[in-house]
Amino acid sequence: MSASQQSPSLREQHGPWFGAYGGVFMPEPLMAAIDELAECYAECKADPAFQAEFARLSRDYTGRPSLLTDATRLSEQAGARILLKREDLNHTGSHKINNVLGQALVAQRLGKTRLIAETGAGQHGVATATAAALFGMECVVYMGEVDTERQALNVARMRLLGAEVVPVKSGSRTLKDAINEGLRDWVANVDSTHYLMGTVAGPHPFPEMVRDFHRAIGDEAREQTIALTGGLPDAVLACVGGGSNAMGIFHAFLDDADVRLIGLEAAGDGAETARHALSIERGAPGLLHGMRTYLLQDDEGQTLESHSISAGLDYPGVGPEHAWLHDLGRAEYQPVSDTEAMDAFLALTRAEGIIPAIESAHAIAGALRLAKEQPGSTLLVSLSGRGDKDVATAGRWFHLLDEGAQQL
Amino acid sequence: MSRTEDAIRASGSRALIGYLPVGFPDLATSIEAAVAIAEAGCTAIELGVPYSDPGMDGPVIQAATQSTLERGFRLEELFEAVAAITARTSAPVLVMTYWNPVLRYGVDRFAERLAAAGGAGLITPDLTPENGRDWLEAAERHDLDRVFLAAPSSSDARIDAAVAGSRGFVYTVSTMGTTGARNDVDLAARALADRIAARAASAGTEALRCVGLGISTAEQVRDVLTYADGAIVGSALVRALGAGGVPAVRELAASLAAGTLDDGPAFAGTQAADAAPAAGAPAPSTPAPSTGSTHSTEKGASA
Repeated sequence: MSASQQSPSLREQHGPWFGAYGGVFMPEPLMAAIDELAECYAECKADPAFQAEFARLSRDYTGRPSLLTDATRLSEQAGARILLKREDLNHTGSHKINNVLGQALVAQRLGKTRLIAETGAGQHGVATATAAALFGMECVVYMGEVDTERQALNVARMRLLGAEVVPVKSGSRTLKDAINEGLRDWVANVDSTHYLMGTVAGPHPFPEMVRDFHRAIGDEAREQTIALTGGLPDAVLACVGGGSNAMGIFHAFLDDADVRLIGLEAAGDGAETARHALSIERGAPGLLHGMRTYLLQDDEGQTLESHSISAGLDYPGVGPEHAWLHDLGRAEYQPVSDTEAMDAFLALTRAEGIIPAIESAHAIAGALRLAKEQPGSTLLVSLSGRGDKDVATAGRWFHLLDEGAQQL
Repeated sequence: MSRTEDAIRASGSRALIGYLPVGFPDLATSIEAAVAIAEAGCTAIELGVPYSDPGMDGPVIQAATQSTLERGFRLEELFEAVAAITARTSAPVLVMTYWNPVLRYGVDRFAERLAAAGGAGLITPDLTPENGRDWLEAAERHDLDRVFLAAPSSSDARIDAAVAGSRGFVYTVSTMGTTGARNDVDLAARALADRIAARAASAGTEALRCVGLGISTAEQVRDVLTYADGAIVGSALVRALGAGGVPAVRELAASLAAGTLDDGPAFAGTQAADAAPAAGAPAPSTPAPSTGSTHSTEKGASA
């Protein structure tokens, strides 16, 4: 697929194409804005002043570098050494802030004064609303109506930060429809507005740009792992919805051929059922949201609804770089069901006193499974977010709520 | 030869193109509605394929196509509808489709079926010419029209690509936004139509320009036709069909078609006045609906 690939380094790959995936499949009215963004980002990437400002914000505002935690009690139970890359400790509670600050700087350079974003679980929406407050920009967040109900606290958080939250009632009323609505807003307001895509998906330059803003996750974790253990991990694991935290942590290890890269997709009710979000494992190449990638679609090219207990993984597509890494065989993608994820959620919480986001619990589940296959190995896990937002869901799942509290 | 281009020229470059989604509210009614608007004076029919993620569509069309998908729409209905409509009217039938359903079906196979059903070609809102090589080859093989979009934001180079890639006409996006009726069709439309003509001329060709997005009244049709070769109406027709069935959509099409009539010297000016001068008077009051003119080229005679 990647015949154009002369260099042996997978880390050098950039958009618009990752093998047969990616590209720019957008309606003509948005092409000028996409071209402008690609051009501006190319400048930013090469500009030391931009990179210095991004590094300063990452350090002073986000709190980078994030910690690497040796999860000794969980490791003991699992039978392998599990290292946690603590993106949950970032300001706003997940890795999403990395990308948001980077794109807000790009938007500022473009002269845009209004940020719009889609959000599923609300983490990206909260991060975008945060950046809008920090940069003094207007902010509108599109969120599927279904998600505004299951993530009501994040809706309040975004509103507190000054953002307008628009519940999206079209289509399946989840993340993919929130993206559609965001793109419609963008067409109509492109002069003032930057569409702040929250994952490594969409048309070029988003997949490359969002990955770049998350590269610190892997760069730091690689150094920290070597410093702590004296070598590279045997495997790196991360959950994959659109795939931004996974691309961020995988990227540093792409050329370390001995390190397995494992993305955990949400299997929802189970890989054997129809209710899942296994875009790579069960999808087929097609077009969605401006990119060619693996997506869940029927035999006539209609996008199918995905299902996951985790709103952040509930997306029928996946970033094109993941599709490429899958076809190359460089990364593996495995299913984790709602039940496995919730078991891992509880296991980590009880063993380490760390409540993970349900998204990140999928990665923990993958590590617990791999530990059984490879006892004694060293497994680096991206703990992409904290679980405060998921306490209500977990409370219901584990029947921890008192009668009167059921409507949380 | 482009049937769409022929039809637009036969109208005296005063074309009215009506959009309706195939299968809405059901297959039989969507066929009747398309035939009705052709009879009422549409120069060409734009038949929309329902799609799960219609990024360019506003609320009216979204609601119609979503309900069509929910009742289990299949592409087979499209080819059936195209064949049925073209059997009953001479108006060319263009299919408006997002690209993934075509990709999934197979580009050449789709083109072959469309041509066999009597379809004139495709309008592709999310496929730009640079991504359309397979489609352009298939269109060539099956002698189909291909309509690409040009927008007010398009660079000269992008307009050149749209002109070079299109056959039939260039879809001239009136405004930066999605489909849906608007009170004012952006002045940007006129500027864009002029730019397209100028770019085509400098490339030594000619491009027919049909303006779409936001047009819902005869006055707007009349105004657009002072500077473009055709006016495309979508959401207003879909709303009429949803609310009042085939009679309502026929009536609206007839009233819109009145906007294609050349009203003589009084309106021959080139002034930018889209303030619907006296235009309101002669247009919507036309009794056309029930007289059901059966000729799709009538407007050509209007001069």
